[in-house]
Amino acid sequence: MKVLMFGWEFPPKIYGGLAVASYGITKGLSLQGDMETTFCLPKPCGDEEKFLNIIGMNQVPIVWRDVNYDYLKSRLSTSTPEQYYAFRDHIYSDFSYMHVNDLGCMEFAGGYPGNLHDEINNFSIIAGVVARQQEFDIIHAHDWLTYPAGVHAKLVSGKPLCIHVHATDFDRSRGKVNPTVYAMEKNGMDHADCIMCVSELTRQTVIHQYHQDPRKCFAMHNAVYPLSQDLLDIPRPDHSKEKVVTFLGRITMQKGPEYFVEAAALVLKRTRNIRFVMAGSGDMLDAMINLAAERGIADRFHFPGFQRGRQVYEAYKNSDVFVMPSVSEPFGIAPLEAMQCGTPSIISKQSGCGEILDKVIKTDYWDINAMADAIYSICTNPSLFQYLQEEGKKEVDGITWEKVGLRIRALYEQVLKNYGK
Amino acid sequence: MKTICLYFEIHQIIHLKRYRCFDIGRDHYYYDDYENERSISDIAERSYIPALSTLIEMAKNYSDTFKVALSISGVALEQLEVHAPSVIELLHQLNETGCCEFLCEPYSHGLSSLANEDCFREEVERMRTKIKQIFGKEPKVFRNSSLIYSNEIGATVADMGFKGMLTEGAKHILGWKSPHYLYHCAMNPNLKLLLRDFKLSDDISLRFSNSEWSEYPLFADKYIDWIAALPEEEQVINIFMELSALGIAQPLSSNILEFMKALPVCAKERGVTFSTPTDIITKLKSVDQVDVPYPMSWVDEERDISPWLGNVMQREAFNKLYSVAERVHLCDDRRIKQDWDYLQASNNFRFMTTKNTGIWLNRGIYDSPYDAFTNYMNILGDFISRVNSLYPVDMDNEELNSLLTTIKNQGEELVALNKEVERLQAKLEKAEGKKAPAVKKEPAAKKPVAAKKPVAKKPVAKKAASKKEE
Repeated sequence: MKVLMFGWEFPPKIYGGLAVASYGITKGLSLQGDMETTFCLPKPCGDEEKFLNIIGMNQVPIVWRDVNYDYLKSRLSTSTPEQYYAFRDHIYSDFSYMHVNDLGCMEFAGGYPGNLHDEINNFSIIAGVVARQQEFDIIHAHDWLTYPAGVHAKLVSGKPLCIHVHATDFDRSRGKVNPTVYAMEKNGMDHADCIMCVSELTRQTVIHQYHQDPRKCFAMHNAVYPLSQDLLDIPRPDHSKEKVVTFLGRITMQKGPEYFVEAAALVLKRTRNIRFVMAGSGDMLDAMINLAAERGIADRFHFPGFQRGRQVYEAYKNSDVFVMPSVSEPFGIAPLEAMQCGTPSIISKQSGCGEILDKVIKTDYWDINAMADAIYSICTNPSLFQYLQEEGKKEVDGITWEKVGLRIRALYEQVLKNYGK
Repeated sequence: MKTICLYFEIHQIIHLKRYRCFDIGRDHYYYDDYENERSISDIAERSYIPALSTLIEMAKNYSDTFKVALSISGVALEQLEVHAPSVIELLHQLNETGCCEFLCEPYSHGLSSLANEDCFREEVERMRTKIKQIFGKEPKVFRNSSLIYSNEIGATVADMGFKGMLTEGAKHILGWKSPHYLYHCAMNPNLKLLLRDFKLSDDISLRFSNSEWSEYPLFADKYIDWIAALPEEEQVINIFMELSALGIAQPLSSNILEFMKALPVCAKERGVTFSTPTDIITKLKSVDQVDVPYPMSWVDEERDISPWLGNVMQREAFNKLYSVAERVHLCDDRRIKQDWDYLQASNNFRFMTTKNTGIWLNRGIYDSPYDAFTNYMNILGDFISRVNSLYPVDMDNEELNSLLTTIKNQGEELVALNKEVERLQAKLEKAEGKKAPAVKKEPAAKKPVAAKKPVAKKPVAKKAASKKEE
């Protein structure tokens, strides 16, 4: 089975959770052997793993240019001249009014630049060329940025479209949605033959806020990849004297950082030998520093800033409790990573990952008393820590992308069977 | 001739309230009064009252044949006295019919039998006295909380003078043997054991109203037929369950009470009788011993103690709780003793179970085992610090015990001496007439004060010292 996928991020270039999830899904599918995945990215860097075909959209021509083979060879970094010529034969309209380079391609900044909406539009124009040239059975688009491309590809090819909802604008904005984004999401969902949501929570949002038919919405929970030995070997510092409680993520409204600070203040009223760490950056960082100072706990509350790569795992390993008090979290992969590192997690009931996790403590994000109580309990009762550490690791080790890949495959088959009936 | 031994357990815990870590040291009241009142009245109304009325009716209609046994935990009794006295009234009525035997069980419905023998004996004695006070007869037969039994527990119970004990007819203990005989304890042959037939018991308490069950609907005649069809030699059929099975687990709408009412008639037709545990123990002979090296219970598929002590959290809570058992035993603070009873109830540990049994477990106010553990440990933290503040922590329990005994002995001695002084004084007054009573009184009054001082000082001084160290 051949799948044409549209995505915005892919490792090794990671902007957020989307890259990790895209990687996991394609890897999970590739393990089945007979799945062939073509992944369209705005601007690949060339260092992506080679288990799938990557098409760099910035190297697909949309305006006919007469370029010779050798020149192409010197200009193209992630594709071949043959591919270029194949795409060039499928240009479907006159886009010479667009801003294209000497190859007839459009440049992408990559990531999430200021002119994001232009890039999304360009991405969808190029998708028309790709969809005409490629052979595939089904289309799979990740997140709203690529929905227009997916819809375009469906209209051109007549193949069924699956979209993958990694987040909705309702999660990002606590209900105050951006109408342009909402329109794009809604349009994508309306055209989709199958909507995969990263949790039941998101599925409900899709059904109720985007008015989708529940029969085509499916919860498709994310998973985690086993940690490399290198990361597993990071030692756990001795915390017998002082415990460390960590928040790790973007410090924005969606993640509920203020509830973490308030809970910390409550815990510190009871005991002093616990330190709190709020790692990450974001628009609420300054407000949180102020809040911690206001509550008089600044001496026990630390802001180490944005953590990358290995630092993230070092932070997990250095924690006795990991807290994710997200106000609305479509899935939230961080607690799974913390559990892989053997750190007990407390998550909000409003987090999608809670649906597949049992060996974590769940509280309402606003219930700072319950959160403080849970933090205190893990820090003071070794048995609870031990239980959540051991059982949590076991549980999270059973959540693999292989299983997700199999479930996605089954959904594909179901969609293809029913398509056009 | 076959006989049915019907036994019901009455137990409801005192619900703990939401107790946060900030409350430790500030709030010493641990109970959810509203929930306690609500749940006990609800259960009384939906189950205990109709079920007991039915039993009374059965006892009156078939006074010659029908027999039943009941046991009540001390904590449940306390709650019923406060919130549902009509249930106690019904229990008295049932008692007056003479068809009912009351058994003894640990006051707290706790796991003290697995932790601390002194503590276990104390609460069993207390319950025995209480049952005798209320129902006028001293219980001869014992049942442990959740029918927990092992050889050691059996030996202790036998040592306390009980003639029989109820326990589970667990497959892994009995093997090829049948629960339909009378057995005895491996460590003391004087203690007879009645083993629950879990199949026939669960048919009523677990499956009766389940329409997916292959035997649904179950009628009394069919049920008694099953019993009558058992091999001729198998004479004792022990059907033990919670009383709340009639009404709560099996709703009244399933006609469970009509089923119960029909049992005596059907039994009579087939020549099956009813007996109380004491009847069976006195009439029948034990066929063999039952060897139970590890504790078993009537809960879950495994029939062991894993529902309460299955994971590390439960074991930590259990060990923490019983770490102060001796201290609580030594002290005479009424409130601490009361909290001790309520905190011991096995349900508190059951809430923390992480076992996946497939059967829904009511966790009360807790939404997860971790939540239950956290709340209980917070309360325990406060409770233990209260117990520790009674006597210095660094003092050995034995030393403390001997000191307390000394104090008690000296106190008694003082009382005796005082009486002696008074007696002598009176004598003196009589002898000397009204000459100089005022002069004589003074040295007599001084004496006890002087004697008291060194004794009373000891613990106070120690307490102050330990406080400084803290």
